[in-house]
Amino acid sequence: MTPRAQISRREFLQNASVAGAGLVIGFHLPPGWRNAVASPASRAAPAASLNAWLRIGTDESVLVLVDRSEMGQGVATSLPMLLAEELEADWSKIRIEFAPADKAYINPLFGMQGTGGSTSVRAAWMPLRQAGAAAREMLITAAAQTWNVPPSECRAERGVVIHGPSNRRLTFGQLAERAAALPVPQDVPLKDPKGWKIIGTRVRRLDTAPKVDGTAQFGMDVKVPGMLVAVIARSPVFGGKVVRFDATQAKAVPGVRAVVQVSAGIAVVADGYWPAKQGRDALNVTWEEGPTAAVSSATISQLFARRGEEAGAVARHDGDPDAGMSGAASTLGATYELPFLAHATMEPMNCTAHVRADSVDIWVPTQFQTGAQQMGAGIGGVPSERVQVHTTYLGGGFGRRFELDFIQEALEVSKAVSAPVKVIWSREDDTQHAQYRPASYHRLRAGLGPAGQPVAWTHRIVAPSIMARVFPDTVKDGLDGEAVEGGVAMPYDVPNVHVDYQLTDTGIPVGFWRSVNNSFNAFVVESFIDELSHAAKKDPYQYRRDLLAKAPRHLAALNLAASRAGWGTPLPAGRARGIAVYKSFESFVAQVAEVSVARDGTARVHRVVCAVDCGPVVNPGIVEAQMQSGIVYGLTAALWGEITIDRGRVRQSNFHDYRMLRMSEMPVIEVHIVPSTDAQGGVGEPGTPPIAPAVCNALFALTGKRIRTLPIGKIA
Amino acid sequence: MPSYTLTVNGKQQTVDVAADTPLLWVLRDNLGLTGTKYGCGIAQCGACTVHLGGVATRSCMTPISAVGGKPVTTIEGLSSSGSHPVRRAWIAEDVPQCGYCQPGQVMAAAALLARTPRPTDAQIDAAMTNICRCGTYQRIRAAIHRAGQGGAR
Repeated sequence: MTPRAQISRREFLQNASVAGAGLVIGFHLPPGWRNAVASPASRAAPAASLNAWLRIGTDESVLVLVDRSEMGQGVATSLPMLLAEELEADWSKIRIEFAPADKAYINPLFGMQGTGGSTSVRAAWMPLRQAGAAAREMLITAAAQTWNVPPSECRAERGVVIHGPSNRRLTFGQLAERAAALPVPQDVPLKDPKGWKIIGTRVRRLDTAPKVDGTAQFGMDVKVPGMLVAVIARSPVFGGKVVRFDATQAKAVPGVRAVVQVSAGIAVVADGYWPAKQGRDALNVTWEEGPTAAVSSATISQLFARRGEEAGAVARHDGDPDAGMSGAASTLGATYELPFLAHATMEPMNCTAHVRADSVDIWVPTQFQTGAQQMGAGIGGVPSERVQVHTTYLGGGFGRRFELDFIQEALEVSKAVSAPVKVIWSREDDTQHAQYRPASYHRLRAGLGPAGQPVAWTHRIVAPSIMARVFPDTVKDGLDGEAVEGGVAMPYDVPNVHVDYQLTDTGIPVGFWRSVNNSFNAFVVESFIDELSHAAKKDPYQYRRDLLAKAPRHLAALNLAASRAGWGTPLPAGRARGIAVYKSFESFVAQVAEVSVARDGTARVHRVVCAVDCGPVVNPGIVEAQMQSGIVYGLTAALWGEITIDRGRVRQSNFHDYRMLRMSEMPVIEVHIVPSTDAQGGVGEPGTPPIAPAVCNALFALTGKRIRTLPIGKIA
Repeated sequence: MPSYTLTVNGKQQTVDVAADTPLLWVLRDNLGLTGTKYGCGIAQCGACTVHLGGVATRSCMTPISAVGGKPVTTIEGLSSSGSHPVRRAWIAEDVPQCGYCQPGQVMAAAALLARTPRPTDAQIDAAMTNICRCGTYQRIRAAIHRAGQGGAR
């Protein structure tokens, strides 16, 4: 166990309480606390807790508390797999609940309870297996004590402890209460991977049945007694303020109960969404628009280009790039520009909160439980232990649900009207009042040697900084180390490299968007290396290979994708392939895209071959699904994704003008996993960065037109 | 407010709501049937798909006053036992990721298969216009083919 986990468990044990017939080691939460996704079985039977993540019921149910947010990436299956493997549980008995906000569930890679950065499996890889192993030993000890035999003569298997010599058996359910009273053993050895029965297999997801019969509870579906629904009028211009408002007509809408001002704007509170929205539409609000009203996409592009002329904060400097450039046989320069992007989770933002005098409840699809709890404590004026965070299923997250804006709104409205309130964002609200993937501008230059190999590489990144808004202390001397990720880590073997960064605020809020800054740096680096290969008159795959000798995991992924895609083999007329390889979140992903262009200029992607090295794989079915998902996400953005600004306002509003990829546009995606025992990486995000350059490189191979501005739009 | 009587999942229900209230919000807020989802409100994404008189319909743009006597089937009413072949196929193919769009996808697929028991890929493309932001399309396609073959694949 890690020191942190030991402390956490000790704290848990101190809060043990006896309830009903079985022992329940509680989470210092009031009796009756239940999470939305509890299975009926787990509620019915008394249960014993063996650690923060595990309760075993007398009905043999094995309840795993999932302490990461399930937003589609599969943690509600992959995390239980880790624990169940070492526990020797019967997989068919596994049930899940989402964990409350509690110190025990802090993400060790964040120091906070939150889900993001493709960290979940990596962070849980040791602690959950160790927790399962320790619980297994406790169950074995409990059985051995019952039989009065040495524990070494006993083993656990599929939910049963067996005494080998006598073949006596006791089930986990029969043993759990006695086991839970035992001291927690330390340093229990983990199983040899050769003995894994669950890890590495295509176990089906645990959350599918409720997601296909409509019973899975998302934040949008929360209903608590006395709950009202609020829709909020927010400033059309970022940073604008309410000057005055007239609620007469809003209050005349049947079903509207109250109109209150909160930090974000004016909330119309009603019996349901429709009257609340009708009331919001009938509001008359005068806004002080503020300075951002002077900002438009064109002014942002001009600002970026200007800043691109000025040296930035140095992020990487190898060798002597100036000398390398001046001594090169030829040089090549290019500028790239990428737009703001919205997350467009299928479930629009929402949060239900109930602020009482002495306690707060928050029901929310969130990626950031610690933040939600602190927000509840601050607005509710109660200690954080009096704030319960009930995490629901998330109808998509993609980083948007790491934000707390919608939680703040629900808390403020609930406090103002003294009732439980669900704040619902319309799709238009969701598109226009978000924190966007930063727009960015890039200046690149390379010097090529006589054989066409790069001898110097410079890259200036001009972009707003997410960290400057969210964690400003991490930005030092104008350098946001996250904003340059992937630019700094450019993997090709070039002796002279310079990467710098121009932190450029635009007044438009920026936030974490699936793969974050990698989403633009991958496009730029993998497009520019492709440009170099063509300038050198080399095959783009071979050119990369020759420069990746010191990057074996990049190379292995690249080779696998190329070979499975049939790189170099003939294609039907009108089709071409493009390739890209990129490391993010400690995983290495290469993709080959096969494209054509329709007569109307529309790019069409027919097939994507994806190779991924994410280290030891927990569930190949989930890895495959996440690669498909990341590719669709990145491809949608590459083809059409663009949030544009007009007088400080977002122009796009809904799916008719912020377009999503649909079934008829879906390429065939093949995912191949590089067998790997290397360090583990994430899978939720790394599928996204390589697809835009792979597609644009293919379009160049097909048309000779280099795409340096996204989205792709129509090919002239 | 006017009163409307409608048949939802075989049961007669009466609600008092404004005439322009979309069927979606009647289902969700008045009848507590939250399996039908709000995604866009402009009939673009299909998360709100229900069967209206057996036809896949986007309930977010269907005012309650337009429902009339046509029976409404929601995801909750698709089958009582969970044995619907589309659901079984979805489970077999491990389709959902975040799951928010999936009730609408299942309803759209069920309507397609009722009409066209063995759809071609082109027929699937034409009928399945619902948006899935997690990009589960490939598995949805496989699941529809599986369900179309009676789950025998």
